[in-house]
Amino acid sequence: MSTLTLTNVKKTYDGNITAVHDFSLSIHDGEFVVFVGPSGCGKSTTLRMIAGLEEITAGSIEIGGRRVNDVHPKDRDIAMVFQNYALYPHMSVYKNMAFGLMLRKMPRADIRKRVEAAAHTLGLHELLERKPKALSGGQRQRVALGRAIVREPKVFLFDEPLSNLDAKLRVTTRTELKNLHQRLKTTTVYVTHDQEEAMTLGDRIVVMSAGHIQQVDTPLNIYRKPINRFVAAFLGSPPMNFLNGTLHEETGGTGLVFDFADAPPLRMRDEDRVHLQPHVGRAMVMGFRPSAMSETPVGRYAGRGNALRLRTEVVEPLGDLIDVSCTTPKGQHVIARVTARPDFPVARDIEFHLDMDHVHIFEPGEFGRNVLRA
Amino acid sequence: MTEPRSKPSPLPKAAIFVGLVLLGFTFVVPFLWQILISLSSLTDVDLLTQTGYPPVVKPENYPQVFEKVDFARYFFNSFFVAGWVTLLQVITSSMAAYAFSRVRWPGRDRVFLLYLATLMIPGVVLMVPNFAVTLALGLFNNYWGLIIPGAFTAYGTFLLRQFMLTIPTSLDEAASIDGAGHWRIFTQVVLPLTRPGLIVLAIFSFLGNYNSFFWPLILTKDDNLRTLPIGLLAFDSTYGRETPLIMAASLMAMIPPVILFLCLQKYLVKGIQIGAVKG
Repeated sequence: MSTLTLTNVKKTYDGNITAVHDFSLSIHDGEFVVFVGPSGCGKSTTLRMIAGLEEITAGSIEIGGRRVNDVHPKDRDIAMVFQNYALYPHMSVYKNMAFGLMLRKMPRADIRKRVEAAAHTLGLHELLERKPKALSGGQRQRVALGRAIVREPKVFLFDEPLSNLDAKLRVTTRTELKNLHQRLKTTTVYVTHDQEEAMTLGDRIVVMSAGHIQQVDTPLNIYRKPINRFVAAFLGSPPMNFLNGTLHEETGGTGLVFDFADAPPLRMRDEDRVHLQPHVGRAMVMGFRPSAMSETPVGRYAGRGNALRLRTEVVEPLGDLIDVSCTTPKGQHVIARVTARPDFPVARDIEFHLDMDHVHIFEPGEFGRNVLRA
Repeated sequence: MTEPRSKPSPLPKAAIFVGLVLLGFTFVVPFLWQILISLSSLTDVDLLTQTGYPPVVKPENYPQVFEKVDFARYFFNSFFVAGWVTLLQVITSSMAAYAFSRVRWPGRDRVFLLYLATLMIPGVVLMVPNFAVTLALGLFNNYWGLIIPGAFTAYGTFLLRQFMLTIPTSLDEAASIDGAGHWRIFTQVVLPLTRPGLIVLAIFSFLGNYNSFFWPLILTKDDNLRTLPIGLLAFDSTYGRETPLIMAASLMAMIPPVILFLCLQKYLVKGIQIGAVKG
């Protein structure tokens, strides 16, 4: 177990393409940190730099307080699980797991003990003599995991390890991974593009885009207090709704309203005035999650100008809840997640209520700052 | 799921069968002819064209081959030279292929192109400079002269490089994290996975060198260094051609390659497919 510190790490290819900009992060002993972001955001490159598979252009990486910039991967005391598992096809499951220990010249009896213990933990003890091609995707994934565990490394690195599994297996393996981490308490860095994986696995999530860290926080904080519109849009399913509009002083009142020009304006909370005041009169973007909407008045500000009249288009039943796709009169798209009822009207104008405690105001643009995030 | 239906062939099966039998026949006839001649006496060879079979069967042609020339020596020489060249080619080509496919170094792909360019130069053109170099190195008329120039091949490097490119690089990375350096990755991960490619190269290399004629001819002077193809020439002397003996000798010379081919033909087919259906 160990800490992992990245300081101003940068990766440039061929002198001009920068894959990772100035990445700084401190990961505590035993922490499970997930790097998440769309393809090409630099998350895998960062992981590979930690592993030593990519050279660092600038900055430094420390594992357990030791600077490892120029240390060979084998001497960094890390173990990595690859997206395609990278099992040696010509070796048995046992040899795949024992290979790293053999190279480290560990006594045979100790190797056997460790491999068998790991195989037992992962339910692989009956498969030890098989070759990887005789295993299912889930079993291969577990062998890859076993190969990492037997090494007892300081840091585990996972590069999208579940993305080749089917949806059901992905969920069960995810739970197993979490269980395993709770037992082993090894510092872990996990890369994924799947926001659900990130939310369920991580003690902290690092949201990345275009080589930059956008936000580092606990899953709940990232979900509830996204730092900018990119983070807000990236996490959550269905995604957050965004409505373009302008902040105004309330006519004949004391508060601020958000006016999106094609429906009655929404009244903002009084306590937010201090944050919103500098943006009065400007074009802004309002963001709220589909679950912040309801058919009945909700929240502390219920009935005080928080109603949205929308035209329903498509209803997707989810069991207890339904997702309703709607549009504003001027065609801005909104999804509402509300309590299911059998006769939910489609192609009708319906009044939804918005919980103003869960509304964000962003500056315009893809990376527009969340001005309400205190 | 339903099985994808194979496209109906434009030709009926029977027509394909007849066509293939005819084609097979054209391959087998010269071979049968060779067997017949090898069992005839020299005087009966002309008669064969009329009768289709030898009037007197003469199996003693076969032992006679060994009496007339040092056929066993030629056999040994061919095996010895082809065996060493094959072994060395497999070693050097696989190492070069590893460097060209798995190791990142500046200018790698350009150097490989240069390497490939040497394949475009006809062997005949290289014969004289190769001969001059071999002579200068003092390798004329000895085994090393027959073996060393053949030990390096751009073709083998190319073949194995293409093969190695199909092995995922994540295996090297996993091995590297497991604690392996280049040598171990090469010997314990990449080489075992390149086995079909290595076998293909070994077969091609062995057959090519076993049948090699011109290089051993110009590089050897002593009779005891001569290989089989040159040994066969002894029956075609200025005093007359001993066709039945040539046929008997070449039939015997064919046996090792035929056995090799029969044992390893599945790898040959695989080797021909290398690069044809990648990914």
